Amino acid sequence: MSSNLSDLLSGDDPPGAGGYPDPAPRFGFFTDTSVCIGCKACEVACKEWNHVPDDGLDFTGMSYDNTGGLGADTWRHVAFIEQRKPLGDQRANAGVVDLGLPSFTKPGQAEDAERGEFRWLMSSDVCKHCTHAACLDVCPTGALFRTEFGTVVVQEDVCNGCGYCVPACPYGVIDQRKDDGRVWKCTLCYDRVGEGMTPACAQACPTESIQFGDLDELRERADQRLAQLHERGITDARLYGRDEDDGVGGAGAFFLLLDEPEVYGLPPDPVVTTRDLPSMWRHAGAAALTLVAGLAIGFLGGRGR
Amino acid sequence: MSDTDVRHDDTAPPGRDAVTGGRNGTGGRRRRRGRGEQPMVPDAEFRSYYGRPILHKPTWAAADIAGYLVLGGLAGASSVLAAAAELTDRPALARTGKLGAAVAIGGSLYALIHDLGRPARFVNMLRVVKPSSPMNVGSWLLAGYGPQVAVAAATAVSGRLPRLGRVATLGAGLTGPAVAAYTGVLIADTAVPVWHDAYRELPFLFVGSAAGAAGGLGLIGTPLSQAAPARRAVLFGAALDIVATKRMHDRLGMVAEPLHTGTSGRLLRAAQALTVTGAVVGGLLGGRSRVAAVVGGLAALAGSACTRFGIFQAGITSAEDPKYTVVPQRARLDEPAR
Repeated sequence: MSSNLSDLLSGDDPPGAGGYPDPAPRFGFFTDTSVCIGCKACEVACKEWNHVPDDGLDFTGMSYDNTGGLGADTWRHVAFIEQRKPLGDQRANAGVVDLGLPSFTKPGQAEDAERGEFRWLMSSDVCKHCTHAACLDVCPTGALFRTEFGTVVVQEDVCNGCGYCVPACPYGVIDQRKDDGRVWKCTLCYDRVGEGMTPACAQACPTESIQFGDLDELRERADQRLAQLHERGITDARLYGRDEDDGVGGAGAFFLLLDEPEVYGLPPDPVVTTRDLPSMWRHAGAAALTLVAGLAIGFLGGRGR
Repeated sequence: MSDTDVRHDDTAPPGRDAVTGGRNGTGGRRRRRGRGEQPMVPDAEFRSYYGRPILHKPTWAAADIAGYLVLGGLAGASSVLAAAAELTDRPALARTGKLGAAVAIGGSLYALIHDLGRPARFVNMLRVVKPSSPMNVGSWLLAGYGPQVAVAAATAVSGRLPRLGRVATLGAGLTGPAVAAYTGVLIADTAVPVWHDAYRELPFLFVGSAAGAAGGLGLIGTPLSQAAPARRAVLFGAALDIVATKRMHDRLGMVAEPLHTGTSGRLLRAAQALTVTGAVVGGLLGGRSRVAAVVGGLAALAGSACTRFGIFQAGITSAEDPKYTVVPQRARLDEPAR
């Protein structure tokens, strides 16, 4: 019974998702932010391929990031974070050879001053294509569905713009296009993938920071990359969305980050809201019965008083 | 200009904080705070991406969706009152409940359809049956409940087909509680911190608020001789509302902050004051004078409306500030390490 109930409440989760008898291997992205150079080619390629309209040329004034975040018209977003911190095992006091030239003081090298090095964190964010996808679970029309590749896609001819998926997403990915009324997000290039092609962002990425492929392979590769970085002393490196036991059952698009997720604008411990749905329905049932009982008791007294 | 590393002179464009490094540089703290408000809990330290929200706040308009929460609750509980009044031979109370439910559910449907990005596609809500989507469940509930309410009201007004009217009245009375309670799940089944974290209390708060509103309407529209159940409904609703609100405040920790600060805090304080006024004036004194009944009834209705708009706004506030997303999640992650 309980397994039936949880099937009903999350029937579109891979594997065996969405009623595909023989689903293709689950595809996803591994975004290795340690090699991202912040070129934003992914943002541009995504916009071009998917005909995503412009959403204003805004100056955010906070960094080289004038995109801000993911939304209806931004399906890839490159975050820029500037930190006063050496990158990895970079030495703060690298040996300086005295060539007898007139000396210059390196920035911050004066007595008592902080050394001037800093690092840029750059990361290309995207829809996570969650294993337990809240947007898909709460969609009342079935417009959001699980594809044969294990990704989550909106059927724009079905979406009626109720907006329920927008606050349901624990990452703040999907959003409503105001002039259009419907919601939009990354499709993991459903059309390209169906033709055996690589999604536009991964295709355009010049450093292979964005890697596309079979999710199992990507996870293996990510584990190796993490071990490699840790070996080199880059202990900040961590995988985000890799763990299949996390609150969303693991992300189809996961990341290697160099700081805590919240620094990149990612929730540190996202949980699919529908995990608590059985309990929510039970509480609502109890509340409905309380209402009936509470009002019925009011009719038991005598007339008039 | 604050601690920019780029330019320190007055020619730097305003608001340009190209800060390098450091935890503060990535927009950890928020400095803005409403006038004259004292923080109840000391602000937690947290990191974020330039202070930008992590979640997208709901696209819903308050007038539509908070309005629907008010009207849907009023309708659902009014139908219960109407059905019980019909069974216990209180025709005036039954009539008030039936007409009130019909008007309220009509307004609900208008608000729900009006809020859609594509209103012409509202029937797509009934394209599938999907228990994982409270909005889909709610659509089916309304599809079953609405016509019964309409028939009950139409037969009450016209006096025709009394037996059909009775069946519809009882049917609406049985479906009404579900309509009043499910809206708690509707908003709790999101990532919005205040709404999700309050999922245990919201259905009880909402049915309490619904009982108060329906009782209030009953007080206004029914002669004293038949209004006793409406008075008790106002008292019951107020008690449930106050207990659920208290529990919510106690259980939510720092996420409860929007419940007592800002616009949402003001709305919820007004809600409690109006609810208590409604209970005292309408529920306790409303049996003696028609004036007290009407004043108390209006206060109870207004209290219910303030509760819904307050909870709605508290959710929006908690989605707009990354603090309410990051701090509890970070605490959850750090807990086992301690």
